[in-house]
Amino acid sequence: GGHRGLPSRPPRSRGSISNLIRTVVPSPCTTLHLLLLKESKRAVNSLRDIVDDDDDDDLERVSWSGEPVGSISWSIKETASSSTSSLEGRDSGLQKGSSSYAALPKQVSSYSLSSLFKGELCLSLSALSDTGVKNYAPELRRPKAEYKDYSSDWSPKDTVRRMQRGKVCSLERFRSLQDKLVLLDEAVAGHDGNVITAVLIFLKRTLRREILFRELEVRQVALCHLIHFLKEAGEQKLLLDLLRFLDRTEEVALSQYREHLNIQDVEKRREFLKGCIGLPFSAEDTSHIQDHYTLLERQIIIEANDRHLETAGQSEVFRKYPRKASILNMPLVTTLFYSCFYHYTEAEGTFSSPTNLKKTFKIPDKQYVLTALAARAKLRAWDDVDALFTTKNWLGYTKKKAPIGFHRVVEILQRNNAPVQVLQEYVRLVEDVETRLNLATKYKCHDVVIETYKDLKDRIQLTAYKCKVERGSAEEEKINSILNNMQIRWKN
Amino acid sequence: EKMFTLKPGRLPQADVKNIIFFVRPKLELMDIITDNVLREDRGRSPQRDFHILFVPRRSLLCEQWLKEQGVLGSFIHREQYSLDLIPFDGDLLSMESESAFKECYLESDQTSLYHAAKGLMTLQALYGTIPQIFGKGECARHVANMMIRMKREFPGSQNSIFPVFDTLLLLDRNVDLLTPLATQLTYEGLIDEIYGIQNTYVKLPPEKFAPKKQGEGGKDLPTEPKKLQLNSAEELYAEIRDKNFNAVGSVLSKKAKIISAAFEERHHAKTVGEIKQFVSQLPHMQAARSSLANHTSIAELIKDITSEYSLNSLTNLNITRCETTWWTSFSLAKIASEDFFDNLTVEQEFMSGIDTDKVNNYIEDCIAQKHPLIKILRLVCLQSVCNSGLKQKVLDHYKREILQTYGYEHILTLNNLEKAGLLKPQTSGRNNYPTIRKTLRLWMDDVNEQNPNDISYVYSGYAPLSVRLAQLLARPGWRSIEEVLKMLPGPHFEERQQLPTGLQKKRQHGENRVTLVFFLGGVTYAEIAALRFLSQMEDGGTEYVIATTKLINGTSWIKSLMEKLEPAPF
Repeated sequence: GGHRGLPSRPPRSRGSISNLIRTVVPSPCTTLHLLLLKESKRAVNSLRDIVDDDDDDDLERVSWSGEPVGSISWSIKETASSSTSSLEGRDSGLQKGSSSYAALPKQVSSYSLSSLFKGELCLSLSALSDTGVKNYAPELRRPKAEYKDYSSDWSPKDTVRRMQRGKVCSLERFRSLQDKLVLLDEAVAGHDGNVITAVLIFLKRTLRREILFRELEVRQVALCHLIHFLKEAGEQKLLLDLLRFLDRTEEVALSQYREHLNIQDVEKRREFLKGCIGLPFSAEDTSHIQDHYTLLERQIIIEANDRHLETAGQSEVFRKYPRKASILNMPLVTTLFYSCFYHYTEAEGTFSSPTNLKKTFKIPDKQYVLTALAARAKLRAWDDVDALFTTKNWLGYTKKKAPIGFHRVVEILQRNNAPVQVLQEYVRLVEDVETRLNLATKYKCHDVVIETYKDLKDRIQLTAYKCKVERGSAEEEKINSILNNMQIRWKN
Repeated sequence: EKMFTLKPGRLPQADVKNIIFFVRPKLELMDIITDNVLREDRGRSPQRDFHILFVPRRSLLCEQWLKEQGVLGSFIHREQYSLDLIPFDGDLLSMESESAFKECYLESDQTSLYHAAKGLMTLQALYGTIPQIFGKGECARHVANMMIRMKREFPGSQNSIFPVFDTLLLLDRNVDLLTPLATQLTYEGLIDEIYGIQNTYVKLPPEKFAPKKQGEGGKDLPTEPKKLQLNSAEELYAEIRDKNFNAVGSVLSKKAKIISAAFEERHHAKTVGEIKQFVSQLPHMQAARSSLANHTSIAELIKDITSEYSLNSLTNLNITRCETTWWTSFSLAKIASEDFFDNLTVEQEFMSGIDTDKVNNYIEDCIAQKHPLIKILRLVCLQSVCNSGLKQKVLDHYKREILQTYGYEHILTLNNLEKAGLLKPQTSGRNNYPTIRKTLRLWMDDVNEQNPNDISYVYSGYAPLSVRLAQLLARPGWRSIEEVLKMLPGPHFEERQQLPTGLQKKRQHGENRVTLVFFLGGVTYAEIAALRFLSQMEDGGTEYVIATTKLINGTSWIKSLMEKLEPAPF
């Protein structure tokens, strides 16, 4: 992380200060000591961000209670450093050198207090007098070898390299635009997204928007990182501004549309979606967004209406099948199912009627029939099912037709435990003979099986089927009478 | 001293001084940690101290996040544990970075590539400089560039280790988008497809693992899922993991015979010496027996599902937001038992190039029956990839059906898939897939699942494109397939890293070359199986070690690309 170079560090919260003080209380202290301690603690706190978290290297830490830091963390650090040290050979020397250096809070309890106060107080002074980050590192806290790390003269390249190794680097001294851009280009060349993001956050804070956008436009990699960062960090406004600047209109639209997911209140969500309709989506997507808005609008009306109906207790279907969830924010097909379930007979004029939904959203026939069938079968409204597939021609003859194939109809009915009488009507309508036979056998639609074998003139199969039906039943009789029928010219 | 899984709420009571959060740098984890820290009892004594360890790298974004939540200061140490590549098996390393593909191809964030390059540098520090680097794809090019740059910047890192690897092959996942979409048909692949293998562990429904004791009529069936570790340390698993599932049964029954014969031998043991020998073998035999019992149970579970893919198992696979609500129980009861095979049939049709240019009936039916969305997306993407993009009309049709059935908000996911190239309109008007299929022999009609002679056995007919590229690189070399390489996205390249003369390998006759294949953006178990198959081929001449950003399957992969939708309000 390279954030430590950023100066916008908020004051440490009170909670953590008192927290830290308590840590050191166990040592027997006089009031004066405590006061001093408090003060030095505060100083330490104000510094720790800068000082303490920079010591990636000090392996041999002692906790301030005097015990070694938990063995797990120790062994982890061991492995961590051994895996990196092979790569970053030059670091291992530093690690050894830093053993004398322990972080301040620990020293408070494990070393003699008075000897430390001097050092800490002078530290606190330097911090208070705001002489800046680079002056604070006192000799006693750092082995000489590390000292130069706080020099402010790192080149952009070195800065980036150090940040890649997770070290502190102040970016503040890159003041001119030129310097900042060199730094950014170095970061990009290093490919470490963490560093690129760090530099970008610095630029975002210190550059004017127009300049930042303009420079990023010609730096695609950095640009992608900033967009990703803004998305993750939820900085929606800046993100939209950036995308607009880049003329990536469709992304603007989608990104804005995404926002609706964060709006829990349905009324507000509806309003928001309404605002999305005009956004520059692709033509195809625009119609989907429009539909999304219309659907939610409908659902709000239906929901209010039905909640009322349900509590009034007047409607039978609501009494018999109380709703288990609200219809708000459900997909279109689910809404259609709902409407076929609770509002099937309504006239087309009402918002909740299935036909109205079908028309408004141009739901294809197939989808409509499937959904209506599932809903009516669930209610065991077999007459409705029948009507769904019945068409009358101009002579008044009725005919059965299904846009989905009758084998599918059978499947759905069967799943809803339709009685055999209902089932076999549709099995009979399955065109493909083999499928028909399979389904009829599977669901014990004896009549259909028998008639099909008769049509096929298959005496052997028909005879064999006799053992599948009950002895003495009407079906057995039927088989016998067919087998005895002299008119039929059996093929076997 | 103790390890706990990260979860929101209060931290568990434990009389310890230090609490270390060991986490991936992810924002949602930061929220959990914030919650943990804020709920910590300030008054308790002794006070506990917090530390945070990021794996593999400290993240500025996360620390900034913690700072905004006001808890950053509570952490006394903030460190990183540079764990790039985690060994999963003797020949398998993974970075376990599930968002790598999304970051690289959707966000153009190459941080995971930087980590991959770092990991490769570590690997080279331990196993010697790899003299030859081949690659295909944009990301592969990046990683190779970074490696070369890193080497230049650390001139001292020239090590004197004799190189273990002869070749490094870097492959972009987006060079082969097809393979992960298909259902894996190896034993391990199917376990992963159905139950999901997490870090070599799998959780299985407990019923089949109930201890069979006589007299207890299934009284106390265990309700906790059975957790098993799967790796090659287990002899039997090593033998069957990479086999086609159809070949697993015969191995299991053969093993069963051998083991019962071994146990029978106790009757023949007469002398004290013989008995002693028998007893000394007992632990091994018992381990083998329990291993066999476990895998027989797993194989049974898979068989049940592959022949009867019930809704329950599907919801285990992917829980979409709809599956828990009341109306699904209305519209869906049980999916036909043939569904697994129907699904497979459609996949195989697409991969062999049949009817990829029109709306597929089975997919339509699945949408109508509201099968899990991920399953639909896998199929539609597969069709798109096998047709070099869908006809605009077909694409629009699928999109409309998906949005109407699963919710308009999925428009965001569809857009992600388009951006990643998984779902797209056919722009050039030309379908390159048949040429690629024929040249690389991706579809093999005569596949031998029992005693395979080609890698296509891992998908019962389809030879994974990525592995074919590796195979052809070893012999006869990529020059033979220049034309096809040009059709696949991204550049292909070759780099050499100079070795000091002392370290140059003088190959013994018949000695195998070792190639490290690095899959950038994820690899499936079936691909690993295919590479292991190539390693074992007698005249192969090349052994493979596999590294990847993440072990994936089609479901987890698509999931990583889906827009995270807010949980449903109920």
